Amino acid sequence: MKNRDITLHINGEECRLNVAVNRTLLEVLRDQLGMTETKYGCGTGECGACTVLLEDGKAINSCLTLAATMDGKRITTAAGLSDFGRVNHIQQAFIDEAAIQCGYCTPGMVLKTASLLATNRDPSDEEIRHALEGNICRCTGYEKIVKAVRKAARTMPAPAACGAETCTEVAQ
Amino acid sequence: MNAAEKPVIVADSLIGQRIQKKDAPEKAAGKTRYIQDMVVPGMLHAKILRSARVHARILSIDTSAAKALPGVHVVITAADVPDQQPIGVARDHLPLKGERVRSLRDEIAAVAADSEEIAEAALRLIRVEYEDLPIVAGPEDAIKPGAPLIHPAPLDAEGRPKTLPPKTPVAFAGKADNVAMRFDYTHGDLAAAEAESDVVVEDTFQLHYVTHCCMGVSGVIAEFDASGNLLMYSNTQVPFLHKREFAEYLDIDPARVRIIQPPIGGGFGSKLDIYPFEVICIFLARAAKRPVKMVFTREEEFLASPTRQPVLLTLRSGCRKDGTLTFRQVHTLHDNGAYTSWGATTPFVMMQTFSSLYRVPACDYHTTVVYTNNPYAGSFRGYGNLQATFAIEQHMDMLAEKIGMDPLDFRLKNAQDAGEVTGQGMTFKSCGFKECLTTAAERSDYRRKHADNIANRNARGPVKRGIGIASMLHVGGGAKIYPSDGCGTILKLDDFANVTLITGASEIGQGSETVLSQLVCEELGLPISAVTVVNNDTAITPWDVGVHASRTTFIAGNSAIGAARMAKAKILAAAARKHDCDEASLDLRGGFVVKADSGEAVVELARLMRSLHFSDKAELVMTTFYYEPPSVHQDKGFKGDVSAAYAWATQVVEVEVDTDTGIVKMTKVTGTHDVGRVLNRLGLEGQIEGGVVMGQGYALTENLIVENGVTRNPNFRDYKLVTAPEIPEMDISFVESMDGEGPRGAKGVGEAPSICIAAAAANAIYNATGVRIFGLPFTPEAVYRALRGVTSKPHWQAWKPE
Repeated sequence: MKNRDITLHINGEECRLNVAVNRTLLEVLRDQLGMTETKYGCGTGECGACTVLLEDGKAINSCLTLAATMDGKRITTAAGLSDFGRVNHIQQAFIDEAAIQCGYCTPGMVLKTASLLATNRDPSDEEIRHALEGNICRCTGYEKIVKAVRKAARTMPAPAACGAETCTEVAQ
Repeated sequence: MNAAEKPVIVADSLIGQRIQKKDAPEKAAGKTRYIQDMVVPGMLHAKILRSARVHARILSIDTSAAKALPGVHVVITAADVPDQQPIGVARDHLPLKGERVRSLRDEIAAVAADSEEIAEAALRLIRVEYEDLPIVAGPEDAIKPGAPLIHPAPLDAEGRPKTLPPKTPVAFAGKADNVAMRFDYTHGDLAAAEAESDVVVEDTFQLHYVTHCCMGVSGVIAEFDASGNLLMYSNTQVPFLHKREFAEYLDIDPARVRIIQPPIGGGFGSKLDIYPFEVICIFLARAAKRPVKMVFTREEEFLASPTRQPVLLTLRSGCRKDGTLTFRQVHTLHDNGAYTSWGATTPFVMMQTFSSLYRVPACDYHTTVVYTNNPYAGSFRGYGNLQATFAIEQHMDMLAEKIGMDPLDFRLKNAQDAGEVTGQGMTFKSCGFKECLTTAAERSDYRRKHADNIANRNARGPVKRGIGIASMLHVGGGAKIYPSDGCGTILKLDDFANVTLITGASEIGQGSETVLSQLVCEELGLPISAVTVVNNDTAITPWDVGVHASRTTFIAGNSAIGAARMAKAKILAAAARKHDCDEASLDLRGGFVVKADSGEAVVELARLMRSLHFSDKAELVMTTFYYEPPSVHQDKGFKGDVSAAYAWATQVVEVEVDTDTGIVKMTKVTGTHDVGRVLNRLGLEGQIEGGVVMGQGYALTENLIVENGVTRNPNFRDYKLVTAPEIPEMDISFVESMDGEGPRGAKGVGEAPSICIAAAAANAIYNATGVRIFGLPFTPEAVYRALRGVTSKPHWQAWKPE
């Protein structure tokens, strides 16, 4: 199998990597970098547990993305949303609203929320449910996740207040 | 502290509050390490070769090319583990199959290699020769005369059945027919009760295959230390039962088996049994002398993890004109699959619902569980109760209609009350059933909508509205199935008055850590943040029978309270000694020892703890408590008060049926649950909402399609779980019946919310359309066909082996 040298900017850190061309981004994150916050749920893009964010706020399934095609990209995982000892407002909303049970789908759900809020600061319930369509949760019945997204939208810091230029930065 | 500074501490209760889950921050940040995320230095990666045939003799297995592949450490087949013992409820299942495969999930060989890729490549190099055998594709085929036997008795050289010592496990001795288990229960005089009936209905109901779909797939890491002691990192819901069983299979002292549970990515009953992959992983670790990790792919999870058991159920029910139920007669045929796991034993729960959900003078219940070449059924949230309730609650509507009685009134007339002792010997010490019925009906405006929908059936437009009601009874205070149904707690307070709660009860996402902490804090007057929970290591935690039967809050909760009360007594006695007062006048509140009547602080608890610890007669506050519920084992006729408390619920489901397309939309679920008492409102709502949506999937979308032993849809694209846009509006309310034995009055609730949804949905579809559907799931195609009368009604003639 051929390998390729790539650079990924993950959660603000530059990572120079030599990856086999058939490796998915999910495999590289988990197995090569030990970033296990990105979860394997199905490996076929059907459950959203492996969701990561790109710099434009777009959420992708890392299990369907070859790492070699991501050279130079900025990627955010669930760990990239929280600071030392402090989770971000989306994660806090998930905690407050009990949108977490077994927690396995949570990193993907949180990132999908960040992606939604990057383009829509005040989504309706219908928009929230639609945005979460590709993410499966077997525990919560989604109701509390929808509530958490609503709360995250309410508690999202204004761009000016936190010095960020764009909604995307805020959401992330 | 001088007198002038003594604050008054106001009593504050955590009970019924909305408490955030203790493990939520870790999970939100993605820091929680599940078995899938764990790395043990030096570990190998394992994969299993499964059968390519549904039912076949294995003629040969050639692993030489796989063994020669660089990076492969160990390849094993049945021939390499002559000491393997049969596993499972009926001991009919050898982990590695050497002579015969009985289903597509069957394990033939296993590889441990440097990476998963190498292990997978090695599997492709293993050659297996098969000789196909006739397939038993369903339970009705299994009981036909002359049906191929799934577990035939072994033959000697002359072709005669071998003589084997008594009690030889099924896996070695075989079976003379395809019957895996039978259950027969009866109370009352059936013939007399039937003779008294004015109305009798009889129907066959057909329940399908579904599976758990835990987001975290099955996985295990096994390693041996230098002395041959086994350490397993396992997803299991029953660590202490596993410890004993693995020791038995390895023929070692149970003290030499230690099980650590990393956080678990969902359970729902799927992890109650021992499965071949776990035993195989142990064999690989033993052979490789290295830690071995085995994690399923999602496809493998669909193919080789357990299912809910498909059931064919013929129910005969009767009542008098005045609405009094007279009798129920039930015959069920369970598809066991090729091996026996807990799915076979679900009649324990099913018969409770038939005998005792409503007052019924006579009940006659029979189940035959038969082997087929299908995937084998395990335990799954609700444990047979979804199937039983689906049949009963449709018949309740049908009987009510026949006698011209309102379906709610008919149920209220026959519903149980507190104090009732049922024909099966269950004693309902607390029972909020009638309040559940009336509350759910009122909140959903059931009576009015039910009548309006019938009136509107013939109105213009393809979309018809329907409303349906169903109720459930389930164990809510444990279930005495094993020799003990108990749970142990060790509690210690440190010199800062922080608590370590060491409990046998596992956390599988349901929030047990949080609710147990809450119960301890309630006793000790501490904030929830003062508690650290240790709950995942059999070398540390006291015994517990496992996470099942909705038992953790009740059993582990009572255990935690017991330990906390002992600690409190010790603390108050010490405070009374040191502060020269009567311990009966003291209490714990807000981190202080206080005077119970006035709330006046006597001493800060942390200060008291330090003074006890760092003194000449040093003393630590550490307590242990083991709680065994006051329930009893059932007798041979399945009678006895098997749970310390019983949970009740009524759910009203509203649907819109598009009669052009057959699409059923679940628009609203109104659920009222008798939970004894609300402990953590936030966690409780989450359990119920999640259960409702799981029930919605069972009713409408989920269907593991098994044809001739082949699972056709082992992926999330074709196995349709409910997603966020489809969930109904949910109105959840609680009845607090304050159970006398329950922890602060609470009862178990974990399984309850899934149980009634399909039954209520069936009644709602009937209310909307006038068409009753007897089989699940209500997919658009099934509903479309039923509405056009082209579905043949399931029919199964009750069958009893001779």
